[in-house]
Amino acid sequence: MIPSAFEYERATSVDDAIAKLAATGGTGKLIAGGHSLVPLMKLRLNEPTTLIDIARISALVGIRERDGLIEIGAGTVHHDVATSALLGAQCPVVSDTAATIGDPQVRNRGTIGGSLAHADPAADYPAMLLAVDAQIHLQGAGGPRVVAAEDFFQDLFTVDLGPDEIITAVRFAPVRAAAYAKLYQRASRFAIVGVAAALEVTDGAISAARVGLTGALSSAVRLSGVETALVGQPATAATVATAATGAGAALSDVSADLHASEAYRRAMVSVFTKRALEGALARLSA
Amino acid sequence: MAASPVLPKLVGQRVKRREDPRLIQGLGTYVDDIKIVGMQHVAFKRSDLAHARILSVETSEAAAMPGVEAVLTGAQIAEFVDPMPIGTPFPSPDHRAVATDIVRYVGEPVAVVVASDRYLARDAADTIVIDYEPLPAVVDPERAMTGQPTQVHADFENNLAVALVPGGTGVSADLQTVDDSAVDAAFAAADVVVSQRMHNQRLAPTAMEARGVVAHYERGKDTMTIWSSTQNPHILRTFIAGMNGMGQDQVRAIAPEVGGGFGAKINIYGEEYVVAGLSKKLGLPLKWAEDRSEAFLATTHGRDIIGYIDLAATRDGKVLGMKLRLVADIGAYNMLLTAAIPTLTMMMANATYDIPAIRATLTEVFTNKTPTDAYRGAGRPEATYFVERGMDILATELGMDPAELRRKNFIQPDQFPYATQMGAVYDSGDYEKALDLGLKNADWDAMKQERDAARAEGRLVGMGLAMYVEVCGLGPSSSLPTGGWEHSQVTIERDGRISATTGASPHGQGNETTFGQMLADQFGVPLEHITIHHGDTGVVKQGIGTFGSRSQAVGGTALHLAGGKVKEKMAKFAAALIEAHEDDLVFEDGRISVKGVPDSGKTFAEVAGYAYVPVPLPEGLTPGLSEEAFFEPANNTYPFGCHISLVEVDRDTGEPTLLRLVAVDDAGNLINPLIVEGQIHGGLAQGIGQAMIEEVAYSEDGQPLTASFMDYAIPRAADFPRFELDNTVTPTPVNPLGAKGVGEAGTLGSTPCIVSATVDALSEFGVKHIDMMLRPEKLWQIIHGGQS
Repeated sequence: MIPSAFEYERATSVDDAIAKLAATGGTGKLIAGGHSLVPLMKLRLNEPTTLIDIARISALVGIRERDGLIEIGAGTVHHDVATSALLGAQCPVVSDTAATIGDPQVRNRGTIGGSLAHADPAADYPAMLLAVDAQIHLQGAGGPRVVAAEDFFQDLFTVDLGPDEIITAVRFAPVRAAAYAKLYQRASRFAIVGVAAALEVTDGAISAARVGLTGALSSAVRLSGVETALVGQPATAATVATAATGAGAALSDVSADLHASEAYRRAMVSVFTKRALEGALARLSA
Repeated sequence: MAASPVLPKLVGQRVKRREDPRLIQGLGTYVDDIKIVGMQHVAFKRSDLAHARILSVETSEAAAMPGVEAVLTGAQIAEFVDPMPIGTPFPSPDHRAVATDIVRYVGEPVAVVVASDRYLARDAADTIVIDYEPLPAVVDPERAMTGQPTQVHADFENNLAVALVPGGTGVSADLQTVDDSAVDAAFAAADVVVSQRMHNQRLAPTAMEARGVVAHYERGKDTMTIWSSTQNPHILRTFIAGMNGMGQDQVRAIAPEVGGGFGAKINIYGEEYVVAGLSKKLGLPLKWAEDRSEAFLATTHGRDIIGYIDLAATRDGKVLGMKLRLVADIGAYNMLLTAAIPTLTMMMANATYDIPAIRATLTEVFTNKTPTDAYRGAGRPEATYFVERGMDILATELGMDPAELRRKNFIQPDQFPYATQMGAVYDSGDYEKALDLGLKNADWDAMKQERDAARAEGRLVGMGLAMYVEVCGLGPSSSLPTGGWEHSQVTIERDGRISATTGASPHGQGNETTFGQMLADQFGVPLEHITIHHGDTGVVKQGIGTFGSRSQAVGGTALHLAGGKVKEKMAKFAAALIEAHEDDLVFEDGRISVKGVPDSGKTFAEVAGYAYVPVPLPEGLTPGLSEEAFFEPANNTYPFGCHISLVEVDRDTGEPTLLRLVAVDDAGNLINPLIVEGQIHGGLAQGIGQAMIEEVAYSEDGQPLTASFMDYAIPRAADFPRFELDNTVTPTPVNPLGAKGVGEAGTLGSTPCIVSATVDALSEFGVKHIDMMLRPEKLWQIIHGGQS
């Protein structure tokens, strides 16, 4: 648990962070809460030469409404997401998801941007961001860039983020009828399977559905088969039960590890898809 | 004269721990807080293979790094560190503190670096290149017993560390003759026989403070001071002196604050020998602080015993006989007490029952895993688990209420002292009383109705019950190679304050509080006027240490006896000073006075001052007030209890949830019920952890799969329901306090009662037994796959 030697610099602004990161020639790492990076450094699985501390860049912190969307600054800690009154009122699935992350110590330090950049395949946020159809805002030396959540998560610990880019915020249109359901890995409290579901209902029928899955594959994905099965159907428990039934069986390359076999994970994808959809339905009437 | 404040009696009161304010505020001093001018830092290069021959160890790059003081291979260490001794009478393979030719588990030390700082030491260790010839590894003890696919130690055929030791009915004291006739007759006469194989799985102790050592050999004085996160500094001193060719007078061992031990800090580790030996060799103060990754690999594990139980009974539920075949996976080496731990499982096979015929056997097996040793409960939770699960399976087979089956077989109060088939003599007990209180507090019949109502809704709810009896208050000396006594010295200082020492070196037990309470009452002085010194062989003259729930029963009694001696002498000084007869004096409210005449006396401090400036010196007295006592118990103590749980399993996911945990514990007389409850809470937490979420896992080639808290789960406070605790009080006749010990109790009853409740919850699927831990997938398969 002894990291190798590294330099430490504190960035004063987003531009300063980008410049400092670029100056390391690809050997540096941004650090905010450090709750993904520091454990890897302690195990010497990641040995950056320089850490650029972005935790005190105030422009990266905060949850606000902007242009009819909700914006969460990348430096916002999970605790603040979990307890945000704005999110609680307009898009509670976001707060609910944050509240399931780790433990209070992790939630008090870890940031949404750090979690997204790290892209642990069992992280909670990605499923939720897929369900709310979020945009990930990035900035690099070449200027700002926006990537849809669906395109952002690419593979194991791999996202669409350049070596000199920094995540600045996530933005999404608030959706009330959405919920997150998760099977906890009992040691790490990451998701063995986590499913976020968001529904739009018109005249009693589901007009749009987005279902995001984390934990089961090498990266978070949308369950398009489930979404297709929902759209056009009445917004009822029977509909979501039917749609969720085959969710797990339809996947390929399902992960297996000490904590859950492939067969169990598949079954849990269906169980938690159903639970997330039921949660979303419950919010329709709430 | 102003009236003195009336001091309340403290023994039996819920006094808050005096230790906590400093620990909670971060004001404690742990080993890693020790700093000595010129101190260098030690890092160990460890094996990343489970079994391999060392072909070469290349250290030149490390040795060339500026700031690196020394780099040593196992062979170089072996020049001044002898093979590690063990504390049990079993044969043991050659075990080097640092491997010289073959590594036998992942985490075994292979080389040592000494450097000017900890980071540099680690960097240097990373540059050491070891060329290995991989050998086959074995992680399954029952496979290892066939001798395949490998021999862990060449001289131990079929990997048998201890080959089939018999115990129980018809076994002669020298183990040479085994008469099975009584056991065979019991099974022949039985209406019902149930049999089950069970695994009491391997656990990692995970103390909040990992291990650490600082050693400082002072060449000019030819003395060694060693600070270590240990449960027993006096035993450490003995072994460190012996290893370094020094006298015990030349070695001082200090256990500063110790952040948890759970049995894993009884052992004297290779790192302690190496750091001490290197300090002497190099003439430098040295520190090694274990990191968490090392702790998962290199600190001893606990449990890992397979039990095959057969119970023979009549149709109406009288148990006639038991067979218990134990196979213990002890990992790669014998450590200090390793081989003895499973013998405690065998010793407690009788449990709380009057079983007329028992045949137990024990085999201990080497595998390519981290060595095992004591872990909270150390052998007794395993026995409790096997027997109690067996009783539950029998109850199910007979269609009997599990409580009634137990009631029918208890050892009765008038049978104590009770000599078991296994050779133990239980001191005192009233098991039915504990059962009845447990059933009442749980409201057993209402619980059944609640369970059945939940089941009618389609929920999977079950209830479980377990009795336990454990061995505490270790010794006597005949049972421990170190001696089984404890020592204390009580000194009334010149100002009337009290300094007391105890050899029972605490690591969370709260002795500063409980022992202070005892002395406060004994002398009628405020608790704040008393300091309990511990954990330093330079201050505490003699001692054994803290393990086997012995602090109060053995250490507390030594304190009580030493206090009694000094009180007797102080009374004589007081009698001379106030011209009264010593038999008429009372020690109350900070005064010593004639009973019934408070104003007649002198303050405690006045009498103390007189004892140190004794003019005139009363006839027959020597100056001063400091007395010591050794206490040798005549027997162990045998606390007991009844634990009941209610568990729900999620039908969709297999996740178990503990809904209720009702515990009745009988630890004899209690000094501080608050501390006792804390001990029960901690024990329950670890027992629940074992039942539900904890398990050390290895791949087939011996790679650890649970080497961090990301994969090794330990319970959190939020995982528990509110524990419903109560107690009965059956004092022990073994010591004058009537105290039995409680530190490990919570780990005994909790595991079988939770597993039984879970089996009950899944009874509709025809499952008879589920091995720990209760992994959700395992339960889901029972629910959805028809497997058991």
